[in-house]
Amino acid sequence: MSVRSASVENMTEPSSLTVDERRAAGEADEAALLADGPRADELVWARGLSKKFGEFTAVDGIDISVRRGEAFGFLGPNGAGKSSTMRMIGAVSPATDGRLRILGRDPGTDGPAIRARLGVVPQTDNLDQELTVRENLLIYGRYFGIPRAQIRARADELLDFVQLTDRADDLVEPLSGGMKRRLTIARSLINEPELLLLDEPTTGLDPQARHALWDRLFRLKQRGVTLVLTTHYMDEAEQLCDRLVVMDKGRIAAEGAPAELIGTYSTREVLELRFATGENESHADGLADLAERIEVLPDRLLLYTDDGDGAATAVVERGLRPASVLVRRSSLEDVFLRLTGRSLVE
Amino acid sequence: MAFGTQEAPSDADLPWSVRRSLPRGSQAVFEGKMLNYKGNWKGSVVSSVLEPVLFLAAMGISLGTLVDQGGRLDQGVDYLVFLAPGLLAATAMQTATFESTYPIMGALKWHKTFEGILSTPVKVRDLVTGHLLFILFRLVTTLAVFLAVMGAFGALEMPLGLLALPAAVLTGLAFAAPVSAFAAWVQNDAGFAALLRFGIVPMFLFSGTFFPVDQLPAVLQPVAYATPLWHGVSLTRGLSVGQLDPLLAMVNVGYLAVLLLVGVWLARRQFAKRLVI
Repeated sequence: MSVRSASVENMTEPSSLTVDERRAAGEADEAALLADGPRADELVWARGLSKKFGEFTAVDGIDISVRRGEAFGFLGPNGAGKSSTMRMIGAVSPATDGRLRILGRDPGTDGPAIRARLGVVPQTDNLDQELTVRENLLIYGRYFGIPRAQIRARADELLDFVQLTDRADDLVEPLSGGMKRRLTIARSLINEPELLLLDEPTTGLDPQARHALWDRLFRLKQRGVTLVLTTHYMDEAEQLCDRLVVMDKGRIAAEGAPAELIGTYSTREVLELRFATGENESHADGLADLAERIEVLPDRLLLYTDDGDGAATAVVERGLRPASVLVRRSSLEDVFLRLTGRSLVE
Repeated sequence: MAFGTQEAPSDADLPWSVRRSLPRGSQAVFEGKMLNYKGNWKGSVVSSVLEPVLFLAAMGISLGTLVDQGGRLDQGVDYLVFLAPGLLAATAMQTATFESTYPIMGALKWHKTFEGILSTPVKVRDLVTGHLLFILFRLVTTLAVFLAVMGAFGALEMPLGLLALPAAVLTGLAFAAPVSAFAAWVQNDAGFAALLRFGIVPMFLFSGTFFPVDQLPAVLQPVAYATPLWHGVSLTRGLSVGQLDPLLAMVNVGYLAVLLLVGVWLARRQFAKRLVI
């Protein structure tokens, strides 16, 4: 059975039910939805969550469940509504509509009690530039009401954890972007949070700094910290997330483990063909029969097939000579392309 | 290190530090501002001693000699004695205004440190209260130095004159709160230039700091009497000169207290508008 037919099967309604039976089932679902709330192990639980800014709808009725110990991701392009969602989960931005429970509590009424148990790494660093690295941790701990002696001990451990011990008494300002991010992560851990929220944790960092950061996040995960992160990097989502939702225009387009999503929405392999400028589109029709699906991008053709090498050979046998030929495994980028018709990074 | 506990969340397992911290957010905000101030307190101490000495010497003594030759002021005191409380109240206004403009905009917009603080149990109203606690500290220390210099120049009627300190502090706070709201309302620091040009500087010059308001043209006098600085100067001067009109003093205190309370309300509202979106 091919992956694509599996996905179709998943989406098919159970046709053996009568209309009345289905309507009854629907009403029962709705009743359950109204009555039910998060289970004890669901640290984040949202139903129909929406955020509007005036006429603009940033988040459009999403359902989420994040379980304890999980690394959960929001993958989507800029403007998909990820940051708005994160700010609602962080109990700093009120929801316009829907129900939201964080750590079993309502952020509308229990904001401070929720925030006491969260760690937040915002998209833009908001460290205190006039303070030293260590002072940033010391004062942040005070905002949680932790006694000074306890913060000092914890700050030393955290600086060690994010490898900034030797910069402890330097001002924040001259630190590199990667160091500032690591300090922001250390700061978010000062209250030993149960749930860590990371908004675009590695955007703007060079590859080396990104890998250093991922390594720290892996270690946190191993220690049992629940991670919720947003990213528009599919490799970051694949590396870090146990489960993720693909977000687009304020809605959730798909949900699952990275491998599951790839299995459901894409083929095993992708054959990338690059023809001379302007010729890509004209070759698409002639090659359509070689793949389950074909995507025409401005600079190349993507042929979705379980046997990339076989398809590549067939292309050459038809006498075509693309400027470049690449067979690769499917990625979340392909899932996004399939779901939205657009690329993640534009 | 124990990141992430494995038990299900419930009221009982709220960390003790959290339960204790909830009402003390403003104190932590105050501590944060003090930690920042630690870096530049030396400069501000030097200027808080030097400024009153220079002003009182130059204007109180030198200019004052000329003024006193021209005839006595209503209170029948030397110009130095008349001027000093005016400068005290004006210093309160300037210190409070300075600390409530750029630092607030910086924390809101440029460095977004307020956003970072609000990710903790600290609430918007703690930000406002903590900020005003810091202004209170700055006013008390700066103005106490000023008052000591006034005493050294013989420009303080004892013991009533000591009450000029709380009077000037109240004046400063009455500026700090609404100016903080203003700083959270304007989109960029061009608004501060306007505030200085059309608010602070005219008040400094025409609200009774340097000369009695009844020297102004009759049409401008009501405007001067309506300014917060005039009420601050009037209260401070009455105390430091030792000629307090109790009824007028009550009006002055009432005016300043209302301005402070309205300012706090506006600041909370405006901070929330900018930060809770």
